[in-house]
Amino acid sequence: MTEFKLMKGNEAMAEAAILAGCDAYFGYPITPQSEVLEYLAREMPKHNRIVMQAESEVASINMVYGAAGAGFRTMTSSSSPGISLMQEGISYIAGAELPCLIVNVNRAGPGLGTIQPGQGDYFQSTKGGGHGDYRMIVLAPASVQEMADFVYLGFDLAEKYRNPVLMLSDGAIGQMMEKVKFKPYTRPEVDKSGWATTGKPKTRKRNYITSLHILPEKMEEHNRHLEEKFKMIRENEVRFEEYNTEGAEYLFVAYGLSARICQKAMDMARQKGIKVGLLRPVTLYPYPYQRLNELAAQVKLMLSVELNSGQMVEDVRLAVNGKVPVEFYGRMGGMMPTPEEIVHHLETLIQYHHVN
Amino acid sequence: MNSLNDCRQLEELIVAGFGGQGVLSLGMTLAYAGMVENKEISWMPSYGPEMRGGTANCIVILSENKISSPILSQFDSAIVLNQPSMDKFAPRIKEGGLLLYESGNIFKPSTRTDINIIGIPATTEALLMKNAKTMNMIMLGAYLQLKPVVQNDSILEALAKVLPEKYHHLLPVNRQALELGEALARDWKPELV
Repeated sequence: MTEFKLMKGNEAMAEAAILAGCDAYFGYPITPQSEVLEYLAREMPKHNRIVMQAESEVASINMVYGAAGAGFRTMTSSSSPGISLMQEGISYIAGAELPCLIVNVNRAGPGLGTIQPGQGDYFQSTKGGGHGDYRMIVLAPASVQEMADFVYLGFDLAEKYRNPVLMLSDGAIGQMMEKVKFKPYTRPEVDKSGWATTGKPKTRKRNYITSLHILPEKMEEHNRHLEEKFKMIRENEVRFEEYNTEGAEYLFVAYGLSARICQKAMDMARQKGIKVGLLRPVTLYPYPYQRLNELAAQVKLMLSVELNSGQMVEDVRLAVNGKVPVEFYGRMGGMMPTPEEIVHHLETLIQYHHVN
Repeated sequence: MNSLNDCRQLEELIVAGFGGQGVLSLGMTLAYAGMVENKEISWMPSYGPEMRGGTANCIVILSENKISSPILSQFDSAIVLNQPSMDKFAPRIKEGGLLLYESGNIFKPSTRTDINIIGIPATTEALLMKNAKTMNMIMLGAYLQLKPVVQNDSILEALAKVLPEKYHHLLPVNRQALELGEALARDWKPELV
């Protein structure tokens, strides 16, 4: 037998959390990610780790806040409506500069929406979500393998920057099974003694975790400090993948599940002689603005394909800054665009913009 | 039908039926067998409200190359176990493809003439084996006879993985069901090549 395992995205993510040394998981069941809590409730106690089904998502994120403050490696996961409930807590965690991993297995909304996959939470994930000036590093997996890999990466980045990291997946990637290999993981040494509330020895000052800075001067200073950090993140953590962009005349831009569907559409279009490539942002924050801007000097048209009514397309337009037409195609409500449909849309747009 | 060589390179299959007919486990067994053979695989279930008593389906892709989209609208083959699935998926089979259906549950098979259509009375055969739950394995056996996308040994290895250990005493009967399915499809000659 190979060292590969056949697992659902949700299960692979849960297993990776154990391998990453996650000390405590707090969550509340919601489709399409209930497997995470089920898996961890079964497996975590075997490793003497904490799993708790909280009374609500509001409680789980605040338990994460507490555990992270005490210096533990901690995470929660949920799906769209549950993540909405967590926004206040996420804002506090970002304000208090605590590391944690939050996983959103995105379903279609707004409201309770449906349990089918969606990408309608792009704005919430990348532009704030909670109140105040903060950002999260947002990782967008497109395979079961990445659901596992990004748990390691997510925890590491969270601790490196003392900031919450969001993994933005979706119902399909969470529910589908693929081969997954759990790569050997070395946990970076992180010194938390300067801030974690682990009990005060006489030799040092009290560690104090708060997001409250009542004096405007102090608050602005804290805001500036956070912005410095986000600037570093923007400079160092942009991740993306390119497919067939060399010599491409047109470009699909898509993340997660949409990027997988676009790969198929790209292959079909190329068979028809349409030279289209694909850029897949792996981090949605920070966003690959610069690379898209460079590609705008090469391609004649970009098409953002999303499972929503047009959210990431705004970032593509920001990146391209009017150099070439940037169009959007999307399906919603858990409906999926077929590769044929995407190719057809691209062909229509090429005609419309006279860029053939 | 895509040739033996082709289907070993890439097979895009949908399995569909009522919840409880073993649709998902049929697909999972096949996916697991693909993994045993170091193929690239994806198994994409429907997990919506249809799981709760209505229809269920899963898309299984077995490929020698990296798989792009796990969600498809056109298929090389379909294994359908009830009438709604026949009505929904028969039009989505690629020209020259395979439509394998359970003939005890489906009274109105597709009238398409550009695909290969074969009915297997798997429910009756399973009842004759005194184990109604082996119906899906009879269908899988028939499918593999027509489209040998994986080796028999790999399927047997997969079964042992997919079936929880407390049901391992049922491995022989599942094996028997697979062989029966193969036998039922053996004499069938495709009209299209």
